[in-house]
Amino acid sequence: MSVNKNLPVLLGCGMLLGSAQLPASPTATMLADTCAGCHGTDGASAGPATPSIAGMSEEYLVESMEAFKSGERHSTVMGRIARGYGKEEFKLMGSVFAKQPVTVTSQQTDPARVAAGAQLYGDNCEKCHDKNGALADDDAGILASQWLPYLQYSMVDFKSGSREMAKKMKKKVDKLSADELEALLQFFASQQ
Amino acid sequence: MNRINRRSFIRIAASAAAVSVVGFPAIAAAGGKQQVVIVGGGVGGATAARYIRRADASVEVTLIEPNKHYYTCFMSNEVLGGDRQLDSLKFGYDGLAKHGVTVVHDTVTAIDAKGRTVTTRGGKSFSYDRCIVAPGISFADNIKGYDIVAQEKFPHAWKAGPQTTLLRQQLEDMADGGTVLIAPPPNPFRCPPGPYERACQIAYYLKAHKPKSKILILDAKDSFSKQGLFTQAWDRHYKGMIEWVSAVDSGGGVKSVNAAAGTVSTEFDEYKPAVANIIPAQVAGTIASVAGLTDDSGWCPVEGKTFESSIHQGIHVIGDAAIQAPLPKSGYAANSEAKVVAAAVVALVNGRDPGTPSWVNTCYSIVAPQDAISVAMVYNLVDGKVATVEGSGGLTPVDSSPEDRAREVLYAHSWFNNITNDIFG
Repeated sequence: MSVNKNLPVLLGCGMLLGSAQLPASPTATMLADTCAGCHGTDGASAGPATPSIAGMSEEYLVESMEAFKSGERHSTVMGRIARGYGKEEFKLMGSVFAKQPVTVTSQQTDPARVAAGAQLYGDNCEKCHDKNGALADDDAGILASQWLPYLQYSMVDFKSGSREMAKKMKKKVDKLSADELEALLQFFASQQ
Repeated sequence: MNRINRRSFIRIAASAAAVSVVGFPAIAAAGGKQQVVIVGGGVGGATAARYIRRADASVEVTLIEPNKHYYTCFMSNEVLGGDRQLDSLKFGYDGLAKHGVTVVHDTVTAIDAKGRTVTTRGGKSFSYDRCIVAPGISFADNIKGYDIVAQEKFPHAWKAGPQTTLLRQQLEDMADGGTVLIAPPPNPFRCPPGPYERACQIAYYLKAHKPKSKILILDAKDSFSKQGLFTQAWDRHYKGMIEWVSAVDSGGGVKSVNAAAGTVSTEFDEYKPAVANIIPAQVAGTIASVAGLTDDSGWCPVEGKTFESSIHQGIHVIGDAAIQAPLPKSGYAANSEAKVVAAAVVALVNGRDPGTPSWVNTCYSIVAPQDAISVAMVYNLVDGKVATVEGSGGLTPVDSSPEDRAREVLYAHSWFNNITNDIFG
């Protein structure tokens, strides 16, 4: 094949694709926007159960998605979807949600349980889940104002072993009664 | 050989010119704002309108939709079951207006692809740089006698709203011991698991209120979406109440109806059910064929990357009306396609490459109040066509726990809340 024959094609492609000559990865926004159907626009969930992912750290999102993908962390539908992506794509999604403010929800909680939970929080959770669970530390999820059914599902999975707990957390959780754990979850859910 | 002769120079010039016309045709005259006209305010159209404005608020978006409100078809089976009110499915366009979308309530009667103009019944004309057509479905004539009058006797309830209310009313009015006949359509059609979730929701109502009643499904197909999971759910929750007859066994499903006589017929038998839900075969919404956007199948062929019509340049077709397989004709898919197309349209009107698409679909079916199942998939572009990402997606496992099935119900309701917020703002 002569160079002459190739030239028009090359020139055409160059103009069509601009600077990007190879098939590029979808943009961070393109990837993150696909999550909105279930997790809400910009990751702010309207509930009643699917968690908000707005404000989550990029590192925590990547770690969570990798765990869903491998099956190490139990899920209903998330694992099936996670298997459609690679780590770089998780990073891109995470970069978008990390920039969003933490979602504030308004949920029915029991004031007595919330008060009990506030006490327990200081003694048991604060070191890692700072600012009443609103701080997006690299290795902790957002608990503040998170949807209560989701927090409850998470605790069921932690207790059953279908989701791994950090050693420090397991030590604390094992010592707390079911009532105390529920009080803690309601405390987190009630944060404004 | 390393020089450009006169002949190849002409080819180069021609091809460069062609690219600039095909690729980035609509750079507006100096200072003019880019105009996007969207035909249809359902899931696809409304999502596209919002996401174009999100990506580039300098683009002027006009959405043309005849109705003041949209009723989502998804979750309307819960209205038939009795756990949901129709009003919870009703959405208006104020949210889109707040995002700067110009909403016009009128019916589009023509789209001139060459003149880049959309005309309405109200006598208005809108010129565009890019047009997005999202007309949903219309019904084909595959069932003899299923006219406007017959629709009132045997509701399809496949576009939510008054038809949903009518079918619910008929279920409430029927006597215990009657038969509810459901006639699902042939492929492809809107919401593939819908007829079978509907059987669950109607059975849920009948079991509680009219337990001697039965459901007979006369299918136009020999298999259906989530079949193993639905069959399991029917057995688990509604044992002996639901009978499914394949196309092979019924001679191709329902062939004709007689509204005056109240009868429904297949090739072999005539039925006189207490209630009949007749869901006809489907094609793209009417304006798609009027505008010449459909092929022989009755649906709209599109390019995978941008969902630009393969027939008319400058017009993108999204949602149920498009030939978008392996993406299904679902609400989630329409929402996902709309975002990809919104990004592509914003890129194109700004003279940029549309970029690499990514799509997702998730469909929940609520088979009982504490039991839901789902199917999910991730899609990418391979060789210019939509493809499923290998290893991704799939169904709720047949042996998933009651705890997980109950979680899927709340996740389904969360999905409804989140996707409708995402669509209508």
